[in-house]
Amino acid sequence: MIRVQAGDFDIGAEIAALTNRKTHIGGVVTFTGLVRDFAGDAAVATMTLEHYPGMTERMLADIEAEANRRWPLDASLIVHRHGPLEPGDNIVLVITASAHRQAAFEAAEFLVDWLKTKAPFWKREAGPGGDRWVDAKAVDDAAAARWHK
Amino acid sequence: MKVLYFAWLRERVGTGEEELSPPAGITTVAALIDWLSARSAGHARAFEQREVIRAAVNQDFAGPDDPVKPGDEVAFFPPVTGGRR
Repeated sequence: MIRVQAGDFDIGAEIAALTNRKTHIGGVVTFTGLVRDFAGDAAVATMTLEHYPGMTERMLADIEAEANRRWPLDASLIVHRHGPLEPGDNIVLVITASAHRQAAFEAAEFLVDWLKTKAPFWKREAGPGGDRWVDAKAVDDAAAARWHK
Repeated sequence: MKVLYFAWLRERVGTGEEELSPPAGITTVAALIDWLSARSAGHARAFEQREVIRAAVNQDFAGPDDPVKPGDEVAFFPPVTGGRR
């Protein structure tokens, strides 16, 4: 499942809903991305996430489907927020569940790496030095490239 | 054709969405960028760093040589920066 929303998410409630009655699940891995209060040397007071409604949902669904092709997952969830966010706020949640932990760990890492390069989100950070759009990072492309087969 | 702009491209163009009818000769993403760049100073500034601009046609990532046609939804944006390390 995937969701794109402005509001926050409750990690415990999401896990409970995802694993409800699926008693063959042996392991659940979660990743939560948070807004940091720094970007390089600059302080960040607020961050606004812009996205491409429609394409965002398609890309997240594609990425999730690819993870399910590669690993035997019993359940998975991606929740991505958009709009204005502050340091400490949740940005993204990835949950993977499988009979065995290895598939869940690997699939979660795969999903997070691909989210960074495929999901059409753009960050604008505001701090004492003014506003700026965040540049894409070569390191994220390299992390995603590890998964090319 | 619906043309969408995101992030700093939207700010430079001055709008996030335009309904346009390019001439019949505009059949690729690259040709569309050439045509759009001539529409206003804002468009020209949005597309001046062409090598960093990404495109999507009908919500799929597209390259400069990919086709565009009437009725398509074509989007232009900077490289994506979802969830940073």
